[in-house]
Amino acid sequence: MSELYDCRDSFEDTLRELAAQDKRIVAVVNDSVGSSKLTQFGKEFPNRLINVGIAEQNMIGVGAGLANGGLIPFVSGAAPFLTGRALEQIKADVAYSNTNVKLCGMSSGMAYGELGPTHHSIEDMAWLRAIANMTVIVPADPVETRQAVEVAASTIGPMFLRISRLPVPVVHDDNYRFEIGKAARLRDGNDITLIANGVLVAQALEAAELLAARGIQARVLNMSTARPLDKEAVLAAASETGGIVTAEEHTIFGGLGSAVAEVVVTNKPVPMRILGVPGVFAPTGSASWLLQYFHLTAQGIYEAALELAEVKV
Amino acid sequence: MDLDRQQVDKLAKLANAVRRRDLQMIYNAKLGHIGGDLSATDILVALYFAVLHVDPRTPNLPDRDRFILSKGHCAGALYTTLAHAGFFPLEELDTFVQPLSRLNGHPDRNKVPGVETNTGPLGHGLPVAVGSALASRLTEAMWRVFVLTGDGELQEGSNWEAAMSAAHFQLDNLVVIVDRNRLQQGDLTERTMHLDPLADKWRAFGWSVQEVDGHDHAQLLDVFSRVPFESGKPTCIIANTHKGKGVSFMQDKAAWHHKVPNSEEFAAALKELEEVAL
Repeated sequence: MSELYDCRDSFEDTLRELAAQDKRIVAVVNDSVGSSKLTQFGKEFPNRLINVGIAEQNMIGVGAGLANGGLIPFVSGAAPFLTGRALEQIKADVAYSNTNVKLCGMSSGMAYGELGPTHHSIEDMAWLRAIANMTVIVPADPVETRQAVEVAASTIGPMFLRISRLPVPVVHDDNYRFEIGKAARLRDGNDITLIANGVLVAQALEAAELLAARGIQARVLNMSTARPLDKEAVLAAASETGGIVTAEEHTIFGGLGSAVAEVVVTNKPVPMRILGVPGVFAPTGSASWLLQYFHLTAQGIYEAALELAEVKV
Repeated sequence: MDLDRQQVDKLAKLANAVRRRDLQMIYNAKLGHIGGDLSATDILVALYFAVLHVDPRTPNLPDRDRFILSKGHCAGALYTTLAHAGFFPLEELDTFVQPLSRLNGHPDRNKVPGVETNTGPLGHGLPVAVGSALASRLTEAMWRVFVLTGDGELQEGSNWEAAMSAAHFQLDNLVVIVDRNRLQQGDLTERTMHLDPLADKWRAFGWSVQEVDGHDHAQLLDVFSRVPFESGKPTCIIANTHKGKGVSFMQDKAAWHHKVPNSEEFAAALKELEEVAL
């Protein structure tokens, strides 16, 4: 069993390191200092941790204003409230105004399990992906989280980072170089393609092992940028493997699966299976139980891929 | 004192010119928010011609004062003021809301020099202004932030989140001007959703507040010269104004929120404004 990590730790370490080098970096939070893991940041840079209290609309506007003043704000809060509560501010003040604001949606997906659908963030990818100018990044592990935060700091423009709190193994080696809009091919294969992001990437890799045992060589893509999507990688997968399974800790309406399908259906139609939360509010259960319940596991991906392999082109 | 008098006269003349040009622009475009434009014009002219440290030739100078028009639907008054101040050519006002014009119905900072943030939906300006004022302080800069809000838009809760935080952060480099014309799109503010006692509300949120006649340039110059009123507190200026100010049949009429004058109304309105200019 490989070691598991909370990506928020990588987020916080990286942000502190960057802040030590660049005075323009500030953090903005909605009372979420602990849940954004920014306690140490606040100790080291007390003036640069701006806590606006429980007020997400103001938080996003403040972020846009800080950017207007030449700073690089990392606006951080629990993903469901950061996005849903302040969606119009994200659209107008950040995306349409095209300000250099980094939105960090913490504990995304169903990580807050038993707290229920109010605290789940399974719509954020769809909402943010629908807004022009936005870049939407869903890191899969601490290695990618670190690099995504670094790239966010050094790339001008609006960005949304979807940071999970669920324990994940490292799926990228030290040579990995994250690039916005570029999928990482974590496993070669030409029989079928598994495309995932966030916490589902490790599950997709495990599913590929199960498939290999059945003689099916699955390609695995980590599509950590949900917008702009790596169309080339999707089209290559469609052409070369003839079938695609997507998996995301998100509703199937408008997220990663939809993004992939938009490219596939208009360019190179191949059969797909889209795994995610099927348009329902989750029942009561822990995060890991809910992932099992919705078949968002290696076994779930494996079964969908087996079924697809029967019908694929 | 003579100099002050001269400046007041100059601002009054400029405001009249801005009103006429704005009216013409809206009449030509057959679109706009003339009522709120006329209500905000004197404030905008006072800011751009006597208060703000901005340079129309280098509108993105890092140390400029920031002005944010939170009531973005009054873009017409802002564009006309910016053009008179030299941010872009006056002739460009003829393109207002025409296809592919930079001059959208609501201001776009990525297109129009002098615009700091894209507004249109209400209750957005003040939170951004709080962030800007924080940035000024964090970078140990001297620039100030001015934000003009409508009164009706204070019904948006985001303003009060921002008001709370500005006082908490002791942003005495932030000035909000409330264009208190007492009318919103459909009716009186007080009949739609009570705002009074408005000054008390701001005070209760930790702001230093003064009320002025928002059409009296002498009062506006005086009040702007005294900001911040108190060290360590953000400033709120409640500018009592009239929607449709300067055109008798538009004044204080909710119907002129975004009504476009017909040719007779346009001629009559222009005549009134021209008579004042003489």
